[in-house]
Amino acid sequence: MNRHDYSRVDAKRRANISHNKKQFAKAEFQQQKYDYRLNYYDVPPTAEITLEEFETWAINRLKVLSELEACSFRNRSPEETAEYMTSILNKHLPLRSNSSRSQSLQEERKKDHYSHFILRLAFSSTEDLRRRFSRLETMLFRLRFKSDDLKERKDFVNTLNLEWEEVGDEEKAEFRKDLAAAGNIKKEDDQEWFKVDWERVPELVEQRRVFLKRGKAYVPQREQLSLVVAEYTKRLDEALELTSRAIPRLDEDDRLAPILAHLSQSFTAPDAAYTSSDASIDGLSTITAGAIDSLASNFPLCMQNLHSTLRANSHLKHYGRLQYTLFLKGIGLSLEECIIFWRRSFKLMTDDKFQKEYKYNIRHSYGDVGGDSNRRGRGYTPYSCQKILTEPLPGPGQMHGCPYRTFTQDNLITMLQRTGINDRDLLKTVKEDVTKQRYHVACNRVFEHAHKREIKKVKDDGTWGANDLDTIVHPNTYFKRSWLLKHLGDGNVGVVGGGTGPGDRMEE
Amino acid sequence: MPHSITPDSTPADDSSRTISQVDTIKSEPDTQTQDISMADAPSPAEADETKVNLEDLFDDEDSDQEFASSAPQFKSEEEASQPAPIKITSKSTFSDPDIMRAFYQRLFPFRYLFQWLNHSATPSNDFAHREFAFTLPNDAYLRYQSFPTADLLRKQCVQQIPSRFEIGPVYSTNPRDRKSLRKASTFRPLTKELVFDIDMTDYDDIRTCCTGASICHKCWAFITMAIKVIDVALRDDFGFKHILWVYSGRRGAHAWVCDKRAREMDDAKRRAVAGYLELLKGGDQGGKKVNVRRPLHPHLDRSLNILKEHFQTSILLEQDPWAEEKCEHLLNLLPDATLKAALQKKWDSSPSRPSASKWSDIDTLAKSALSTSKASKELLEAKQDIVLEYTYPRLDAEVSKKLNHLLKSPFVIHPGTGRVCVPIDPRKVEEFDPLGVPTVTQLLNEIDEWEGEEVKKGEKKMQDWEKTSLKPYVDFFRVFVAGLVKEEKKTGIKREREEGGDPMELF
Ligand SMILES: [Zn+2]
Repeated sequence: MNRHDYSRVDAKRRANISHNKKQFAKAEFQQQKYDYRLNYYDVPPTAEITLEEFETWAINRLKVLSELEACSFRNRSPEETAEYMTSILNKHLPLRSNSSRSQSLQEERKKDHYSHFILRLAFSSTEDLRRRFSRLETMLFRLRFKSDDLKERKDFVNTLNLEWEEVGDEEKAEFRKDLAAAGNIKKEDDQEWFKVDWERVPELVEQRRVFLKRGKAYVPQREQLSLVVAEYTKRLDEALELTSRAIPRLDEDDRLAPILAHLSQSFTAPDAAYTSSDASIDGLSTITAGAIDSLASNFPLCMQNLHSTLRANSHLKHYGRLQYTLFLKGIGLSLEECIIFWRRSFKLMTDDKFQKEYKYNIRHSYGDVGGDSNRRGRGYTPYSCQKILTEPLPGPGQMHGCPYRTFTQDNLITMLQRTGINDRDLLKTVKEDVTKQRYHVACNRVFEHAHKREIKKVKDDGTWGANDLDTIVHPNTYFKRSWLLKHLGDGNVGVVGGGTGPGDRMEE
Repeated sequence: MPHSITPDSTPADDSSRTISQVDTIKSEPDTQTQDISMADAPSPAEADETKVNLEDLFDDEDSDQEFASSAPQFKSEEEASQPAPIKITSKSTFSDPDIMRAFYQRLFPFRYLFQWLNHSATPSNDFAHREFAFTLPNDAYLRYQSFPTADLLRKQCVQQIPSRFEIGPVYSTNPRDRKSLRKASTFRPLTKELVFDIDMTDYDDIRTCCTGASICHKCWAFITMAIKVIDVALRDDFGFKHILWVYSGRRGAHAWVCDKRAREMDDAKRRAVAGYLELLKGGDQGGKKVNVRRPLHPHLDRSLNILKEHFQTSILLEQDPWAEEKCEHLLNLLPDATLKAALQKKWDSSPSRPSASKWSDIDTLAKSALSTSKASKELLEAKQDIVLEYTYPRLDAEVSKKLNHLLKSPFVIHPGTGRVCVPIDPRKVEEFDPLGVPTVTQLLNEIDEWEGEEVKKGEKKMQDWEKTSLKPYVDFFRVFVAGLVKEEKKTGIKREREEGGDPMELF
């Protein structure tokens, strides 16, 4: 049996980093006892596990994290996410409360504990992975915290030593109005407040949900979740930093390294990746700068918006330019043609200004200039819906982002009508989608409506399979699918599933 | 991990190094300027609007070439290199290399700049590991410059006469040595002032007096309002004390929050502050830009109180934002169809009514148009939102959110206007006149025209800047820096006692 001495790894890590981190001081080479369901993962595991356990547990947790990520990408509400995740968690990473009196409590908690640390090792290598891991682990922690038994949760929080200072009656009276306004509290009765350095609750500060006075944040009791979660994230981020600096030593272990590498790779492949096949569209001749105007009718709303803004103003602000340039690159516009496209589009600009201030960015996006890594990677990847949906909202004068998210409902409907979408029922449903923040559901709905006849046709004659029509999660996929559907039967158009039967080409 | 640093970088880590060790810095042949022009770093025109090319500047740390200081053989004392007076004629312009060189030699307050970034008089890593980025006259952009002392910074400025330079974060190791580190990951930004950038471009949709790069006293009011609102929030809410406001040289202002607590903030905390202060959301298609819940958060309530007055004068009277058919936008922001119809009718019949009258028409007509107290409350809130939309600071928030963002140094010359980026005293922000800020040519003339006593007995030799209208600004900066250094000394001693060691030791 492939028994692996996990503590060996740990010993190495401690040799590097433990001298200043008291979290490691408690580590003992034995089975740990888990008093609580929740875990801040301050203490690394120390007992031995098999190599098989090592891998299986990690994969189970990875499954959970991937599903969580999918939820956030689909803009599920916290309630929807909790519901959706219940069965997945039960299957892959069950974690019951003490009151369940289950026999396997300790086993479950051990698996939770170990799998967290294994993934920590696997995902600490790059900043990107660390950030993603930290975000998803935080989501998981939050989910579990909310569903925990109230009494056990309270006991757990008490063990954390979070050093919250209670706000006294005198201060409460002094700031009564401010506290109520900041905390959005209607009735002032019996509300308890904690006072902490504002840095402890950056989320609440960012959303202006706490009263601030001279560097202290006054946090209402009910925001305890935020505090506990923020502290969790903070400690995890610090630990990940330390791990990342200790990790080179781990590479020496030739049994763990391949597993860790494999784990991080399977995590790296995002669900909405741009594939270069999106750029190769049969039947679409080489795209020139001059063709963009006519192709724009096949663009998703986000890109149509950028295109029409560009045409209207002869200009686009930076983030809009970036989003649009990458999209154009993604549909197969060459660097040379792309430069021509922008040069002609910025009608009011002098050549000199264009050369100096804009050309570099375009070349950079294509990987024509920039550092080694930029060139090697051929510049930036075209943005996925996820990327576009999670960017900061556009400021005044800016046009980037997803219109389903950034436009007011009225402006969105006006814009959709301008692109020829007038079906009242559809617009109503789109409004509902947008209200529920299901932006990409709305976009897919509009796509299906606009291509209703073509989709029916390819389904009926079996030329496209279900895979060819699954949910669109990338603007470039939108374009490719739209173009192909609208050119069914155009001579040599190679339809995704093959087949070039005579088609009723739709007028656009 | 000290073992991962190559030997030739160690001198820079030693805060006690002296001038005599300067020659251990790698030097490059003089041909470097030719090379630099081919560097594929962003052109300075892009860098001017750092906000628009953030991603390009920071996504690839490797994209710019490294050019070590060419360590010119100047004498090390500032006073010793006093140049011959330069002739300024009516034809001289500020971009003239001689003018710029004279500016760096005679006027730029390197000493205080050093103390400001170093937080003490003894050279330390706070200064030595700080990134500077130079924009050279040939438009090349040099990142990752660093200097052990003020004097070496000055020398490179005099030699390369950058049209301006920017200041970035303090790194874990000397930025010039970042390539020689065995592991690139040990080269990390550690600290930097929390910075803010307010630029008039973000006001273009509501500014009526000027367009593009030009400004006048009317539209400068936008910046004045922004400084007032942000400054008080940073002090009263976040507890920051050392906030340096700097005129950007043309149509905006920067803030540098220098408190240690601010410098040590990670990106998440910077984002939190930026988010707290940010209010206007949505692009031009987003409709209403202010959507805040009631009751107003104390910060917004205070801001509204500050801004109300400015709204009456700076907006209604001076900008007259709803002249003629532009009142359409005002109508869009108001609730209640009856009221809107009544207003529309009134304004259609006299479109030339000034904005101030239109604003008061709202309340006048509301008396008969609105019957419920709920409707009146909605109107009041909509009016508050409008005041905020037209007056609340429009921050370029991206600049504030990143620890490793660079920002133009105080006291450099704005290449477009020739004006010095002077500090603004937030206590007298109303008095600040951007059009009265001295230009570099004007200052050099003032030195030549100065007729005072050069050296008084037993006193220190007079600095050139003291002979010019730059003096009050340098004096202000000096006092600001002294306050910061003093506080730093206090907390430094306290920390040492509490922790018994340098926390940076861990890395
Ligand atoms: Zn003006």
